[in-house]
Amino acid sequence: MNRVLVVAEHADGRLNASVAKCVSCAASLPDAEIGIAVLAASGAAVASAAAELSGVSRVLLVDHPANEPALAAVLAPQVARLAEGHTHVFGPSTTFGKDLMPRVAALLGAPQVSDVMAVLSAQRFRRPVYAGNAILTVEAPADRQLVATVRIASWQAAAGGGRATVERVTLDVALPNHTRFLSVTAASNDRPDLQTAARVVSGGRALGSAENFALIQRFADRIGAAVGASRAAVDAGYAPNELQVGQTGKIIAPELYFAIGISGAIQHLTGIKDARTIVAINKDAEAPIFEVADYGLVGDLFTLLPEIERQL
Amino acid sequence: MRRILIGIKRVIDYNVRVRVRPDGSGVVTDGVKMSINPFDEIALEEALRIKERGAADEIVAISLGPEDTLQQLRTALAMGADRAILVRTAAAIEAPAIARALLKLVERESPTIVILGKQAIDDDCNQTGQMLAALWNRPQATFASKIEIDGEKARVTREVDAGLETIEVDLPAVITTDLRLNEPRYVKLPDIMRAKKKPLDVIELASLGVEAAPDLKVLKFEPPPQRQKGILVKDAAELVAALRHKGLV
Repeated sequence: MNRVLVVAEHADGRLNASVAKCVSCAASLPDAEIGIAVLAASGAAVASAAAELSGVSRVLLVDHPANEPALAAVLAPQVARLAEGHTHVFGPSTTFGKDLMPRVAALLGAPQVSDVMAVLSAQRFRRPVYAGNAILTVEAPADRQLVATVRIASWQAAAGGGRATVERVTLDVALPNHTRFLSVTAASNDRPDLQTAARVVSGGRALGSAENFALIQRFADRIGAAVGASRAAVDAGYAPNELQVGQTGKIIAPELYFAIGISGAIQHLTGIKDARTIVAINKDAEAPIFEVADYGLVGDLFTLLPEIERQL
Repeated sequence: MRRILIGIKRVIDYNVRVRVRPDGSGVVTDGVKMSINPFDEIALEEALRIKERGAADEIVAISLGPEDTLQQLRTALAMGADRAILVRTAAAIEAPAIARALLKLVERESPTIVILGKQAIDDDCNQTGQMLAALWNRPQATFASKIEIDGEKARVTREVDAGLETIEVDLPAVITTDLRLNEPRYVKLPDIMRAKKKPLDVIELASLGVEAAPDLKVLKFEPPPQRQKGILVKDAAELVAALRHKGLV
């Protein structure tokens, strides 16, 4: 029996979409029994959403005022305690999971496999390295706990309809007060979430300015897509950092991806290689983005985007 | 002495197109340019700026790796680190063991801040800083895009999925760098000459009482599946027609 504990990411009383993907990954371990850990200030709603995920047998709910906003240093000792009796502890490869899970692993004295894209057995996993230029198969020791982060672009969300039990847990764990949350500034908009959107429109350096980047936003809104950006566009200040797609930004897998004015550096391609259909628009016919695009259109984006909008 | 420790990893240069060896045992490194991991360069640059602002007295660059890593530490000294330590090991070493070794050096050097890259661009693990912070039982501020030191505290802005988060941590603490924290300076020739006089110590990993033995067994490297090259369409109308045909718009 492989007993997997999935650490739930959540905000504003809502379960993050990454959790259902972690559950799918956990369910692909042989003979898996899956629990979800919800650490919140008041997490009843999140816990009941987690309990509906198919394949989950129980949800462990820890309500504590220190748990929101989430701080890795505060959550890690609690997750480490909840991990007792589990063979695997999974979290998403989002900034939440990337921050938290290695801290949990170190407290458990366990190794961590980052960015699991495939499960071959309870100990064997495939993960990307070198910006996705190589896929590594690793084997973890069978006699120790294992921590992993799940590359969410590689997994389908677990279905709903489950009926797991929710158990409230009180932990006797000392929590540090050396780390304090001050603020978060998020570009609030009504667009779909970049990491889980079915359609994404990304703009690159060729947009030339933050004002011109509004063309990307307008086109995205027209087709109901999330907005992304290349590193070059973010570095140039055309788009905020949380929109960066690529090796060190977000790894995404939409049904339809538009790369507009993006040349296609390998680090960017790493972030989109699981997209179902890639459309590239670029002035430079030699741009590497055309090597991976399903549909390429060579030309000036400032002329082509309005034309495409008119045709839709 | 307010000391900053920074980590330096020797990796295949950012601009090299990495290829998997035909036998799947690793990636091609023969004759390939090696450099400081870009995130570590950003860590060093930030340490230099903190010191230039008068909030630190000494910067110590630390690396774990084979003898060749001395090249990258010399570059770090030329950039402005005050001294460097190579923890020599010929064996491959994973994040948990690196964190244990760094903890030993932290205990010796008593830094106020440890700044590491958020990930190395070779294994893309993103683990070491968080593991060190846990073992040290100190705060972590990962994915930093802004660092302000204020006496015994640091205010760190972090690049998170939702946007920019700011936290306050008591020092000492571990901070890991994100891309937009700064733009590292270029090394000039006189700096390289001056750096030759700076202390560069070499110690053996075993002398720290840390074993390199990896937890994870590397079974094989494979090239990623290639996407099929698609088609070029001639204009907007043809593109929209193609997407319509596939039911995508």
